[in-house]
Amino acid sequence: MQTAALALILARFQFAFTVGVHIIFPAFSIGLAAYLAVLEGLWLKTGRQVFLDLYRYWIKAFSIVFSMGVVSGLVMSYEFGTNWSVFSKKAGPITGVLLSYEVMTAFFLEAGFLGVMLFGMGKVGRGLHFAATCCVSVGTLISMTWILASNSWMQTPRGYTIDPATGRFMPDDWLAIIFNPSFPFRLVHMGLAAFLSVAFAVGATGAWHMLKARRAGAIASEPVRVMFSMAMWMAAIVAPLQILAGDAHGLNTLKYQPVKIAAMEGDWETEGRASELLFGIPNMETERTDYAVKVPLLGSLILTHSLDGKVPGMKDFPRDQRPPSPIIFFSFRIMVALAFLMALVGFWSLWLRRTSALFTSPVFHRVALCMAPAGFIALLCGWITTEVGRQPWTVYGLLRTSESVSPIVLSSMAVTLAAFVVVYVIVFGSGLAILLRLLGRAPEEGEHDPSPAHPADVLATHTHPGIAGPIPAEGA
Amino acid sequence: MMDFAYWLPIVWAVILVAAITIYVILDGFDLGIGMLFALERDQGRRDVMVNTIAPVWDGNETWMVLGGAVLYGVFPGAYATLLPAFYLPIVLMLLALIFRGVAFEFRIMTRGTAREGLWETAFMAGSGIAAFTQGAILGGVIQGIAVTDGAFSGGAFDWLTPFSVLCGLAVMCGYALLGATWLVWRTTGVLEASCRKWGRWLAAGLFLGIVAVSLWTPLLHAPYLRRWTGWPNILFVAPVPVLVVVLGILLGTGLRRGHSRVPFLCALGWFFLCLSGLGITVWPYAVPPSLTLWDVSSPPSSQFFQLVGTAILLPIILTYTIYSYRVFRGKVTEADGYH
Repeated sequence: MQTAALALILARFQFAFTVGVHIIFPAFSIGLAAYLAVLEGLWLKTGRQVFLDLYRYWIKAFSIVFSMGVVSGLVMSYEFGTNWSVFSKKAGPITGVLLSYEVMTAFFLEAGFLGVMLFGMGKVGRGLHFAATCCVSVGTLISMTWILASNSWMQTPRGYTIDPATGRFMPDDWLAIIFNPSFPFRLVHMGLAAFLSVAFAVGATGAWHMLKARRAGAIASEPVRVMFSMAMWMAAIVAPLQILAGDAHGLNTLKYQPVKIAAMEGDWETEGRASELLFGIPNMETERTDYAVKVPLLGSLILTHSLDGKVPGMKDFPRDQRPPSPIIFFSFRIMVALAFLMALVGFWSLWLRRTSALFTSPVFHRVALCMAPAGFIALLCGWITTEVGRQPWTVYGLLRTSESVSPIVLSSMAVTLAAFVVVYVIVFGSGLAILLRLLGRAPEEGEHDPSPAHPADVLATHTHPGIAGPIPAEGA
Repeated sequence: MMDFAYWLPIVWAVILVAAITIYVILDGFDLGIGMLFALERDQGRRDVMVNTIAPVWDGNETWMVLGGAVLYGVFPGAYATLLPAFYLPIVLMLLALIFRGVAFEFRIMTRGTAREGLWETAFMAGSGIAAFTQGAILGGVIQGIAVTDGAFSGGAFDWLTPFSVLCGLAVMCGYALLGATWLVWRTTGVLEASCRKWGRWLAAGLFLGIVAVSLWTPLLHAPYLRRWTGWPNILFVAPVPVLVVVLGILLGTGLRRGHSRVPFLCALGWFFLCLSGLGITVWPYAVPPSLTLWDVSSPPSSQFFQLVGTAILLPIILTYTIYSYRVFRGKVTEADGYH
């Protein structure tokens, strides 16, 4: 019994670890593919070299990020069965079908046109190449849509009946399954998170090269300035939108998963005129939140948009249905703090733009550089909040996590967990190092494909042999 | 509704076997090229080998994701018993495919640094281990798994038997043959000549593997034996071994006589026949020797909904996949990489 409990914990940790690593890459790909499509579209429309330079600069990073997303995603499509066989047997008739639609409408689209996007410039016409880029970008968005439909169904299941003989979830109404109550909110929130993450990653890259140019006593090149400016526009527009979307998602969660909200807020008693805890350490045993720092009335204001609205407390729910509050209390707060920080940077950039100081303020560039991982950290914290917050269920209120697990022995689970951690550290650590080295090289005006003439600096002169290709001849 | 519940699993079994066949063939030559790194040490020629597949490998691997997803949605009972049964080899395969997949980019990006050798090796070893584990899992499915009350009830190493090891080695050999014949088709000069030479050895090895597996399989379970030797079954199944021999002769002469495309097509034919033979053997079981297709199926409402989408989407997918292959058609040479 003891080892079974430990095996469950390891199965959960393994799944959380592999998804947690994976989720970064699709988010990166979603944002970056859209950015690349915009860059190529602008290049085709205006004919300005700077957009092509930036396209060629970022597509190298995209190929790395995308391949890491593919291999870490392959793991996920089998891990449902290896780690959660009972869940996949019962919910497979619904979640498996949604995953299959994701593969058929998104993965093939991305994979089919990725080759043309990466290696096809010069082999196909400009219009077709742009179409390939758009297909890849649309593919990443379709992919997000299906996987979030599946995830949202697990959080707010609709459109099913439970077969009394087998306990399986039988689909009744596919539209109700896909457009379940939390799906639209989660979709918007996650999509904006992906765009915001990439905006800050691109912005930090631009900031780094502006700081480097300044140190060398030079003015940053046009591609650097353009990428920084575009990224800061995104930050200024998307960060406030994301705060609104997050608020709407929170209200949706309050309606359908009130105990998740209570645990996020560290609230134990249901009350009106509730205060908001800025800090505290929720204690699941004593049913109280220690060291609480409170702001009166703010809790009701945030969650109900009125001063005397009722806010749920965890004591209203049986102990065995409460998610672990100490984890999501903090993950939620880190996410919110980063969101406001990102919005602040966005507003600051607008102010600097007004005074024409966007490209000349080293303080702001340093801040933008530090914010490089902000979007990704916020995204991970948000994901932890929603996933830990729906515990102890896999299918909310219907199938417990402890009843979803595979009959895998503890030793196997422990060995593979160690293997996953070691391999992921090596592979994705190397990937990150390569990515940083790639982005550490400034985009050049007239960014060109590699030539073997300067073999000294691999990354400056030598990208993928296959990427090499002339610019399509027609047009400017 | 009764008819629906009977026919849908059969339709899906055909689609699933088709998807697995497409995966095995397409990623087979990718993984084979990875293994051939062991024989080809020259960096320029290695780049040519990789460049023949760099634009398409990702799409090829997607067929494996499709296989997993279809199993999950359409035959969840099989997904939920096979994956725990093959937990260790599946994890090993996934880790190997991770190394193989990122090595496409990383081996170029680290060129000239101390890490370069690591990713060259990762590409080769990742391909080899993935091929072996896929074969071993296939062998493990044929030999059957222990099931109690619809759930896997065996041990972590049940899959590891002389038979599954033989299948693993045969698949390694087969993928390497696919890789070599693909390169015969898509490259020129020294590399093409080497591949013709390797191809003959690999073809001989795979032929022995096919013979050994074919003789061994009917001995595993009595129904398998009846399937292949009982009357009148033998009339319908006899063409399979005959065709294997015919294709083998064509393959050998194609490699010797300098045909460009024939060897690859013959190797494809072998894989098609082997997977058909496998289907004939285990039918109608999804999890031999106890669970049939109908035992593991999801409800007709799931299978039908997914079938509608598949009927529309699969032809579209095949169309743009073929388009993508056509963009990158023709012989690849070392000059292509460096403009």
